[in-house]
Amino acid sequence: MQKMNHDSYPNAYILDILKSVQVIAMVGASAKWNRPSYFAMKYLQEKGYRVIPVNPGQAGKEILGERAYASLAEIPVPFQMVDIFRASEAAGGIVDEAIALKDEKQIQVVWMQLGVRDDAAAERAEAAGLKVVMNRCPKIEFGRLNAELAWGGFDTRVITARRRQVRLT
Amino acid sequence: MSKERTYGFETRMIHAGAQPEPLTGARQTPIFQNTSYAFHDADHAASLFNLQTFGFIYSRLTNPTVAVLEERLASLESGRGSTCTASGHAAQLLTFFAFMEPGDHFIASTRLYGGSITQFGKTFRKFDWNVTFVDVDEPEAVRRALTPRTKAIFVESLANPGGVISDMEALAAVGREAGIPLIVDNTLASPWLCRPIEWGADLVLHSTTKFLSGNGTAMGGAVIDSGRFDWTAAGERFRGLSEPEPAYHGLAFHETFGDLAFTTHAHAVGLRDLGATMAPLHAFLTLLGTETLALRMQRHCENAMKVARFLAAHEEVAWVSYAGLPESPYHALAQKYLPRGAGSVFTFGLKGGYAAGVRLVEKVNLFSHLANVGDSRSLILHPASTTHRQLSAEQREAAGAGDDVVRLSIGLETAEDLIDDLQMALERTAVALRQGAS
Ligand SMILES: Cc1ncc(COP(=O)(O)O)c(C=O)c1O
Repeated sequence: MQKMNHDSYPNAYILDILKSVQVIAMVGASAKWNRPSYFAMKYLQEKGYRVIPVNPGQAGKEILGERAYASLAEIPVPFQMVDIFRASEAAGGIVDEAIALKDEKQIQVVWMQLGVRDDAAAERAEAAGLKVVMNRCPKIEFGRLNAELAWGGFDTRVITARRRQVRLT
Repeated sequence: MSKERTYGFETRMIHAGAQPEPLTGARQTPIFQNTSYAFHDADHAASLFNLQTFGFIYSRLTNPTVAVLEERLASLESGRGSTCTASGHAAQLLTFFAFMEPGDHFIASTRLYGGSITQFGKTFRKFDWNVTFVDVDEPEAVRRALTPRTKAIFVESLANPGGVISDMEALAAVGREAGIPLIVDNTLASPWLCRPIEWGADLVLHSTTKFLSGNGTAMGGAVIDSGRFDWTAAGERFRGLSEPEPAYHGLAFHETFGDLAFTTHAHAVGLRDLGATMAPLHAFLTLLGTETLALRMQRHCENAMKVARFLAAHEEVAWVSYAGLPESPYHALAQKYLPRGAGSVFTFGLKGGYAAGVRLVEKVNLFSHLANVGDSRSLILHPASTTHRQLSAEQREAAGAGDDVVRLSIGLETAEDLIDDLQMALERTAVALRQGAS
C-alpha cells in the first residue's frame, strides 16, 4: 500500500472510491433537515448510493427512509464505506471500530468529513488495508468531479477537453 | 499516487470551467439564453430550493454560461468560488450586503475609482453603512481607524486612476489582527499581473467590464472568495454568514457550506434578493476575453511603459504616475506585487493645469475620449471634469485626480502611433493655451 498524501488527493483516487462504493454508513447522520449531514445524505441518495445512518439517538427510527443504527456493528448488511460526520476527537474510535469490522462488513474505505482529520487513525486504517480520505465531503467531491459543483460558481480544478459521457435512459 | 497536476495560468485562462458541452459536444461555451430550468420531479425541486443539491432553478441566481465564467475567474484568482454580477458596482454592493448591517463601518482607501468613492461615501450611507477613507500607504492609519463595528478593509491592488499600488500583505495582516476581511478590487491589474488572494486578501472584486472582457463590449462584475475567512470565529459579527438564515429555515451558511459559504450565500441570498445578475451573453463575451488575457496584458504593459517613458521626458508634462517607472514611489511595490508589469492605466500631470487637460482630450486623434479603462483601444480622460467631478477638490486631490491630471488607458495599438498622437496633441494644446493667454 503506497502512502497517501492527505493534503492533496489525486482526482483519480477519489473517483475510484466514489465509483466502487455502493453502501455508505454515515456516522453522525442527523434527522434535522437543515444539518449538513442531512444535506450530504440526501444528495448521495439521489446519486444512487444507499446511505445507512448511524446515530444512537435515532436508533430504530428512520432518516430519509433508512433505519438508523446505534453503531456500525449493528448494521445488518455489508457496507463499503464509513463516512464520519463527527468531531476529529471522536474519529479515532470510529476508525478502530471500522478496522475491527472490516472483513465482516466488507468495509473498504474510511472517509472523514470536511474539518475532520486524525492522521494517527488514518495510518492505522491504511495499515489494515483500508483507503482513507480526510477533511473532504463526499457530496462536494462527487459534485466537483461530475461538474455539478461548477454550477454554483466553484473552482472544481478539473481541466479537460474530453467530452463527458452522459448516460441516456 | 502522485499529486493532481496543477495547470498553468494560460491553460486555465482557456480551459477552466469549460469542458465540451456533454449532450452535443459543442466546444465553445454555449450561451444559455434562458431564464429557468426544468425539475426532474417534486423532490428534486425541493432539494434545489433547500440548497441540498447542485443545480439550476432560475437565472437570477445561477446560469450555466455565467457559471463557466465564475469557475474560470475563481481559478485564475486562486479562489474557491466566485459570483458574477451585472457590473463591478453590483459586485461591490453584493459583497458588502453579505455582512454589513445598519450602523456598521468599513475602511476604504482614499485612492479608489471615483465611482467607488461615491458609492461608498454617499449611496451606502443610505443603508447606514459607514465608510472611513484612509491613506492606506500607512497601515498604522488603517489600524487607528478601526472601530468595534468595522467589518472590512477595502483597497484596489493597482488603484484607478493610476500608478498607486496597495501594500496588500501589510493590510492583510491588519485585517487578520482585527478579525476582518481584506477586500481587494483587482480590476486594473487583472489576475495575470497580480493575485491578491496569494498575498492574503480574503475577497477579490472585479469590474469585468475592463481587462477581463477586454474589448469594451460587456458590463460585468465578480466577487471571488478565497474560502479562507472564518465567518464564525467572531461570534455574531458576520451573522449573515454564521447565524441561521430565516429565509432558508434556519440554515447557517458557514456551518453548512464551509469554504463554499460566501459564494453560496452570494448567489442564494445576494443575487436572489438584490437581483444584480450578469446576463449570459455578457458572460460569454467576457469568457472570450479571458481566453487571451495573458497575451493582451503583456502588450498593454509594454505599450504603457513606452508611452510613460515618452511622457516623462516631455516638456509639457509635469509628472507621470506610472509604477513601472523606476522613479515612481510605488516602483518597489510594483516589483513585489506586479512583477510582470504595472498595468496600462496611469495618470500624468500637465504643466498647463485644468485648461490644458480639457483641451488635450479634444486634440488627440487615436485616443478615444471616454470614461472607461481596460479596452483594446487606447483611452484618454480628464478625471477632474468627468469621473471625479462629483468629489470635492480635496477628495479629488486625495484620489489622485487633481485639476492637472490626465488619465490614460493604453491599448494594444502600435506604440509609436500612440506616442505620435500624444506628441501632436500636446503640441497643439500648448499652442492653444498660448493663443488663449495672449
Ligand atoms: C477599479 C474599478 N472598480 C470598479 C469599477 C466599477 O465597475 P463597473 O463600471 O463595471 O460597475 C470600475 C469602473 O470604472 C473601476 O475602474
